[in-house]
Amino acid sequence: MNRMGVRRLAPLIVLVVLALLPYSTLQVPGLFDGVLNSPGTLQLLALCLVFGGVALSFDLLFGFTGLLSFGHALYFAAGTYVANLALTELGWGLGAAIALTTVVGIALPLLIGSVALRVSGIAFSMVTLATAQVGSIIVLQDPGGLTGGEEGLAVDRNPIPDALIGVFNTVNKYWLALAYLVLVYVVVTWVTSSRAGRVWQAIRENERRVEVLGLRPYRFKLLVFVLAGLLATLGGIVHLLLLGGSTPRVTTADFTIGLLVMVVLGGAGSRWGAVLGGVLYTYLDSRLTDLAQSPAVQDLPAWLQIPLSEPLFLLGTLFVLVVLFVPGGIAGLVAQLRERRAGRRPSGDDGPAPGRVVEQLRDQVTAGTGVGAGARPHDGV
Amino acid sequence: MTTVVLLTVTGLGLAALYFLVASGLSLIFGLMGVLNFAHGAFLTIGAYGTWWAAGNLPGAGSTGWGFVLAVVFGVAVGTLVAALIELSLIRPLYERHIEQVLVTVGLSLALVALVRAIWGADPRPFPRPEWAQRTTSVLGANVPNDRFLLIATAIVVLVAVLAFLRFTRVGLIIRAGVENRSMVTALGIDVRKAFTLVFAIGGAFAALAGALGGIYLGSISPGQGTSLLIFAFIVVVIGGMSSITGTAAAAVLVGLVQQFANYYAASGVGDLSVVLLLAVVLLARPSGLTARMA
Repeated sequence: MNRMGVRRLAPLIVLVVLALLPYSTLQVPGLFDGVLNSPGTLQLLALCLVFGGVALSFDLLFGFTGLLSFGHALYFAAGTYVANLALTELGWGLGAAIALTTVVGIALPLLIGSVALRVSGIAFSMVTLATAQVGSIIVLQDPGGLTGGEEGLAVDRNPIPDALIGVFNTVNKYWLALAYLVLVYVVVTWVTSSRAGRVWQAIRENERRVEVLGLRPYRFKLLVFVLAGLLATLGGIVHLLLLGGSTPRVTTADFTIGLLVMVVLGGAGSRWGAVLGGVLYTYLDSRLTDLAQSPAVQDLPAWLQIPLSEPLFLLGTLFVLVVLFVPGGIAGLVAQLRERRAGRRPSGDDGPAPGRVVEQLRDQVTAGTGVGAGARPHDGV
Repeated sequence: MTTVVLLTVTGLGLAALYFLVASGLSLIFGLMGVLNFAHGAFLTIGAYGTWWAAGNLPGAGSTGWGFVLAVVFGVAVGTLVAALIELSLIRPLYERHIEQVLVTVGLSLALVALVRAIWGADPRPFPRPEWAQRTTSVLGANVPNDRFLLIATAIVVLVAVLAFLRFTRVGLIIRAGVENRSMVTALGIDVRKAFTLVFAIGGAFAALAGALGGIYLGSISPGQGTSLLIFAFIVVVIGGMSSITGTAAAAVLVGLVQQFANYYAASGVGDLSVVLLLAVVLLARPSGLTARMA
């Protein structure tokens, strides 16, 4: 089999390995505490898969279309809270709750996107940040005791099928998370190679040129905004089933920033890069917390122990280092290595090389803001 | 009537706090095109620097000149950290704005986490000068003195910034750089020195806002800077991204709307109405209240 064939088959091979993982009793010392199919490890892996999917939905906006939304947390949070309220307060079945949440997952980004997309660049980022902040404030204010405020909201287990409840069924939740990731991956692969996907990438490169071609960027941007929002909402439902409740942590701006870190870490504009970034970030966030509480770290001198006790310090530092030294994240690094080995540019079936995406966004973000709003010539870049 | 007076002065005090945070953001964005997410971290550093100095620095304390010394120390630390970050992390990414923004995103996570690792996540009582804890009667309303301190500081900063931009050579370079950076560079002027200066000034304002925010709220916690930062972002966007006078006007608007709505509607409604205000302003005037630099 030639190398192109292997590359095309790679996602399928990874999928088969991931699907069969719960049957393995392999012990991975250092990486995981228990054997691979112990509930604790499976739960962590499932979380990694969910956030891989959510990160990919964010990459659809940021990496593929060049829309830097700071409010993606809102849709994820809507998924977990709306589904939770439908199950717990209304006493609906799981199917009905998912249907309702899906409707909200379309209506909410449609409403917000239609307002936010009237402005572009930093202003767009700010409107999305502000609207997401509304969601966070509402959840924390706990109107009518519905959202549980800072305590979060446990889900009523009665309407949920038994197969998705309890520690013994962690394996089913793992497969659910995997199914969600596969769904997002397939949808994103399909839409980015469709006609609309080409237009999104063209919008990222040069929005004005798209306009000149007689297309209306607004409609295409709204479409991708709604799709990404819907995919994140579905991720919220899976997260709810996985955790057995909703936490206000997922409503904050920090959560969106986390998604941004995942995508940039893995490589913006690359599908597998974004997924890997999400998986890696979630894994590190969880494992570094364990590391901080381990005796090995507790015994260290204070100047070493203090920074090591905060996973976010290590993740933030890692992120800064990646931005400084590894433009394009992991996917960019891999592309570079492959390029060097082959001595030429790789065949660009994924659009531009992942590492270039962030650079291409540069002009977009400064355009359409208060700084001379388009009248200013681009500063000799 | 007394309620209205109290709400107005308190709203203006909040506006002063927003202005201090937002003016630094606005200057940095205007000149460098960088939306500085680490600004909230500078605020936290300033607040904790002041708090630490009041307890540990000889001569500093919570009363009189001792407190002034503590604030000076906090602001100095914030300024220093900002300058070092500009030189070591922002400057190497010259002309790569998205990466610069991303670096500040990473810093905002790392710096706040570091503060939390050292002093814990719980709020710490802030050393408030006795004078600031008393009240003054204005038109029958008992207004806490710290509100006046905040408003006075913000006015001094506003006047100082405007004078600096208008009457000094560096100010001229900054104004020109905001308008057309490539032309300034073509004239043989190194804009990068102005970048470092503006970033340090922004850090100083944020640190000052941290110290004053500690007085206003009575306690400090690591996450405080980030929550204030979101409102400062809103103020900057409403004000028109790079205009100092626009930022000041927007801060007053946002501060008053938030206070009055929080009191007359319900707590939390004020925060929501500020977001609504942002949406309305952006839909009516996409480039903010003022589209031109002050």
